[in-house]
Amino acid sequence: MKKIFRLTVLLGLLFPLIAFSQAPTNPGYQMGDRITDFSLKGVDGKMHSLAEFKNVKGYIVVFTCNTCPFSKAYERRIMDLHLRYAKQGIPVIAINPNDAGKEPGESYEAMVALAKEKQYPFVYLQDLKQNVATAFGAKRTPHVFLLNQNKEIIYIGAIDDNFEEPEQVKVKYLENAIAQYLMGMPIEVSQTKAIGCGIKWRNK
Amino acid sequence: MRSIRLFICLFFWIPVLKAQEVTFIKAEQITTWKKNTSDTIYIINFWATWCKPCLEEMPSFERIGEEFKDQKVRVLLVSNDFKKQIDVKLKPYMIEKGIRNKMYWMNEPDPNKWIELVDPNWGGSIPATLIIKGSEGKRKFFAGPLSYEELKDIILQMKP
Repeated sequence: MKKIFRLTVLLGLLFPLIAFSQAPTNPGYQMGDRITDFSLKGVDGKMHSLAEFKNVKGYIVVFTCNTCPFSKAYERRIMDLHLRYAKQGIPVIAINPNDAGKEPGESYEAMVALAKEKQYPFVYLQDLKQNVATAFGAKRTPHVFLLNQNKEIIYIGAIDDNFEEPEQVKVKYLENAIAQYLMGMPIEVSQTKAIGCGIKWRNK
Repeated sequence: MRSIRLFICLFFWIPVLKAQEVTFIKAEQITTWKKNTSDTIYIINFWATWCKPCLEEMPSFERIGEEFKDQKVRVLLVSNDFKKQIDVKLKPYMIEKGIRNKMYWMNEPDPNKWIELVDPNWGGSIPATLIIKGSEGKRKFFAGPLSYEELKDIILQMKP
């Protein structure tokens, strides 16, 4: 009897650990992977995909959202990135992967209102089924993926090295990567990490 | 009479003052924690007041801290709040919720400097928790929230 009890306790202790230790089901695209184009609804009511951008040299895909304090901290900087690089052939494509069921402030209507209020110069798309964020392996907002002309991932990570004080930024990770790419040089820092809001995944 | 009143005031203020303490740390602290060889189990939780799931799991960490306070288990909370919110959000939250676990604030503007040190597989979304028992070289990392039961299971499994 005692033995069975012990075994049960042991199993009870082990089970959650086994459950935790399983890696996330899909790590997403890796550096250098060519991404599959997608079609998502933008705040203009139209469907958008990368294919519609003609004669571009690359794409700045940013997973961001309406409510996350980090996304808000970077909002102006993401707008500036588009204003600066779209004319050089690298537009920003902003994608909101959050489930509005988990966070009502992430609804499509809220996206439309925010984009209008802030006058987003870039397309702001809703990843309603969260398929795109899953494919990319996006984990948080903001989470940036720089793609080259062939839609291959050449940089993953943060925009710069100071989320709170833009005027204190010393290293512009993303802009450095863009500059090196545009000059045909190898990208020195192709992966950086940042704190951010975890993506609000829909309950499966 | 006056001194008694002062004493009473002080007595009641001590826990409040204690709750307000936030220790600033740099990236190197992560390495120090990971290198420690003590037989205490350190539960290091990365969180912020702006992170909803972090707030949801906070009571579990408090409960664990309280339950194991006389044992070799310590809960360390590392806030990732914005600097300008330490006084206006973090400290008021600690007082309101009566947080007793030790509170740290990551004094690094660039998270890229230290995320990798916590765990190479961590993408940087919070909450995240690192659990260490240095004396046995045991280390576990969890990205995502943990419940009271899960925390307790991990502790019991790590204890001799």
